[in-house]
Amino acid sequence: MANDGKPIKAAPTAKDFKGNIAPDWCPGCGDFGVLRALEMACAKTGREPHEFVTISGIGCSSNLPGFINTYGMHTLHGRSLAVATGMKLSNHEMKVIVTGGDGDGYGIGGNHFLHTVRRNIDLMYIVMNNQIYGLTIGQTSPTSRMGMKTKSTPFGSIEQPLNPLALAILSGATYVARGFSGDTKHLSELMYRAIEHNGFALVDVFSPCITFNKDNTFAFFKQRVNKLEEQGHDPTNMQAALEQAMIWGDEIPIGLFYEDTTRDALEDLEPVLQDGAIGRKTDLAVTKEQGESIVKRMM
Amino acid sequence: MGNYDFAIGMGGAPGQGIESSGPLLLRICARRGIYAFTYSAYQSLIRGGHTFLTMRLSSEPVANHGDKIDLVIALNQDAMDKHLQNVVPGGAILYNSDNTKPEGDVPEGVQLCPLSFKELSNNSRNRIMLNTLLLGAALNMLGAGLEQLENILTIQFQRKGQEVVDENVGIARAGFDHAAEHFTPFPASLPMQDKPLAVTTGNDMMAMGGAAAGVKFYCAYPMSPSTGVLHWMATNARDLGIMVRQVEDEIGVANMAIGAAHGGARAMCATSGGGFALMTEAIGSAGMMEIPVVIINVQRGGPSTGLPTKTEQGDLWQLLGASQGDFPKIIVAPTSIIDGFTVIPELFNLVDKYQCPGMVLSDLTLSMGYTNFDPDHLKWDQEIDRGEIITEDNGSDENYQRFKITDSGISPRALPGTPGHVHVVATDDHDEDGVLISDEFTNPHKRRDIMEKRQRKMDGIMAELPAPTLTGSEDADITLIGWGSTDSLLDEAASLLRAEGYSTNHIHFRWLYPLDEEKVNAVLAKCKRGIIVEGNYTGQFARFLRGETGFNAEGHIRKYDGEPFMPHHIVDGAKEIEAGKTELYIPYQEIVV
Repeated sequence: MANDGKPIKAAPTAKDFKGNIAPDWCPGCGDFGVLRALEMACAKTGREPHEFVTISGIGCSSNLPGFINTYGMHTLHGRSLAVATGMKLSNHEMKVIVTGGDGDGYGIGGNHFLHTVRRNIDLMYIVMNNQIYGLTIGQTSPTSRMGMKTKSTPFGSIEQPLNPLALAILSGATYVARGFSGDTKHLSELMYRAIEHNGFALVDVFSPCITFNKDNTFAFFKQRVNKLEEQGHDPTNMQAALEQAMIWGDEIPIGLFYEDTTRDALEDLEPVLQDGAIGRKTDLAVTKEQGESIVKRMM
Repeated sequence: MGNYDFAIGMGGAPGQGIESSGPLLLRICARRGIYAFTYSAYQSLIRGGHTFLTMRLSSEPVANHGDKIDLVIALNQDAMDKHLQNVVPGGAILYNSDNTKPEGDVPEGVQLCPLSFKELSNNSRNRIMLNTLLLGAALNMLGAGLEQLENILTIQFQRKGQEVVDENVGIARAGFDHAAEHFTPFPASLPMQDKPLAVTTGNDMMAMGGAAAGVKFYCAYPMSPSTGVLHWMATNARDLGIMVRQVEDEIGVANMAIGAAHGGARAMCATSGGGFALMTEAIGSAGMMEIPVVIINVQRGGPSTGLPTKTEQGDLWQLLGASQGDFPKIIVAPTSIIDGFTVIPELFNLVDKYQCPGMVLSDLTLSMGYTNFDPDHLKWDQEIDRGEIITEDNGSDENYQRFKITDSGISPRALPGTPGHVHVVATDDHDEDGVLISDEFTNPHKRRDIMEKRQRKMDGIMAELPAPTLTGSEDADITLIGWGSTDSLLDEAASLLRAEGYSTNHIHFRWLYPLDEEKVNAVLAKCKRGIIVEGNYTGQFARFLRGETGFNAEGHIRKYDGEPFMPHHIVDGAKEIEAGKTELYIPYQEIVV
């Protein structure tokens, strides 16, 4: 049961992160596995629910903050990363998790995605990628495959899908992973490492929409996913990571594609944040000395 | 001696140095205790085009650029051609005789003051020094010494070496001496007053107001004429512990500010009309999530990309209608550059208390105008009231409800990270607990309750906001009614009208939304002939005021040509309306760049 974030005596477990509200996703939706994996990952960090804030946009998967027991913000469609950046910079002592779908993150929020990636701000971004717009009952998405028939592309999509992993790697992401909601244990480990990673971490998840996407089903992915960890892939090698990100066919790699632990996160580079969270400051006034120095420059 | 009131117009091409020599002259005046207001008529070009900077200097505080030009400093032929006719009798025009000469009729009583840059600079190739030469000459004609200019040039060029200092000081002196020998000085000398003043702009003042309010997060996307706020914030960020970010677009700006505000920081951003349009959805989300945030809109000429370097009061309805649905919000329009400083802390205290977005409606004239002012007016120790926030576990076993229904509509706000208060805020409508009420849990009663709770906050806001100000006698025949940046302009126009025998007063609106019908009508009730003055085509404020209060003005003075009002525009308009010649007066803009 949820405890509204009251301090927990023993080490937190996944149960402590279970929200008060039962998810209203379609029975069998891939997002259930993502939520379970996330609860496990949060618990594994040893942090308590009130130390996390989960921020989403709009879409089926963006309802997740309502179902997990952490602080939450359910923001506008496509804007979760911008809000999350403000939140993190305001209180960088908190762990910030952003969740959403492929339409939310790679479509309407595409501009924020690129720029949040390059800033390398410390947050984990989980994209429940189902290659379809679910909440609006089945239109093509930025990751729908060419030829896919949806309500908005009844004769098949004639647009190339974008490649979120390659895009993230090339835009300066320092942690790029892909999981499958049919393998929550593996997914949870990717999330745990993403939370602990200091910098921007993308976890793109195959999270099938069982109602509107008849192409990219659980069975489709089960047959194809292939764990990078079992293939000796070196995640510090950007070239190799890009090569893996380009693979799509009978085998589709999942796991940690790329990790760079050498770059500073945005917050580490900002002297203003070095003496504590700006959102928690209570002494806000300009001092007499500061005021005098400002006036001096105007005279 | 009466009040000193003198205006200098400096005209030339961008890149000729007006951007620096204008503020230089202001600084000289500031050191002499002379008040000033400047308006820069410029174009959206880094080089080329034409700039005309009007600097009104006064022994008293001044907040508009006035009606006349006494001295033109023409840096090129274009400036001569455009502005010779703007000089009043008794005035003068200074110019470089190497390449500039008056063409056509010289207005009566205007002194022509040619200087040869080639001769006086020993044929220097450093053409930018033409500014300094003419400034030196101007100071002589103004009856001022060279001392302040020499000091400032010395400080400015010190790090480039003594040679550069000598060259610049030398050219200033050459201009000064040439004028002493060849030109007639103005009868009234630039006074020397006891109290040195400071130089600032409206954007700087609003940024400083933010700092004084305790803003710790500022973000923006560059957009004229609001960018000055970003520059001030970026320059002072580290000294004042303010997190400043330049964001990918204005959608990101507003959302990022909201995220930072939710995290507990006082968060502010600024933009102009086009950027504000991109922010509107986020503003509604701040209303729905009950997050306090301040957004400044510095108006420029619209619609669309419009007039990037020209002024207008054309965004009122955009702010009134920003975002879908109904939610509490506050709109305020600073009435002067100095007011830019005080309005921000006042607004922050309100938005923190009522947990809603607050919008500041400035314009190019106010934001980019320079003024000289007494720095003692800057009160850094502004009251900072964060409202009802929870930052620590209070040990209560009671289930915390972020959107608890209360009589005032205000629900105590726990900052994320606080133990014992975990909750979700959502842009979907939600119940007291933050649970969405539109999807699975659709419940019309909960929706009504939470909507009424949010809107109850408007009653509190309305009760706190003061009525519009009335200046002049209550029973005047003519009432000039304005809002925002035109305050001093209308005061001056009213006093000019009184001097001509027209009984005139002035009502001014600073707080624009929400308007309390009763309070406002109590002031408007005394109007005999109300004339609403505003810088847009459709009378946005007149329509808004009529909608909120039923007040119908007798006449309207409107301007939408990109240039700000001058006091005589209002005087002329009021007289025509008073004489029954028209109900709508559109002044003719005499000074054209």
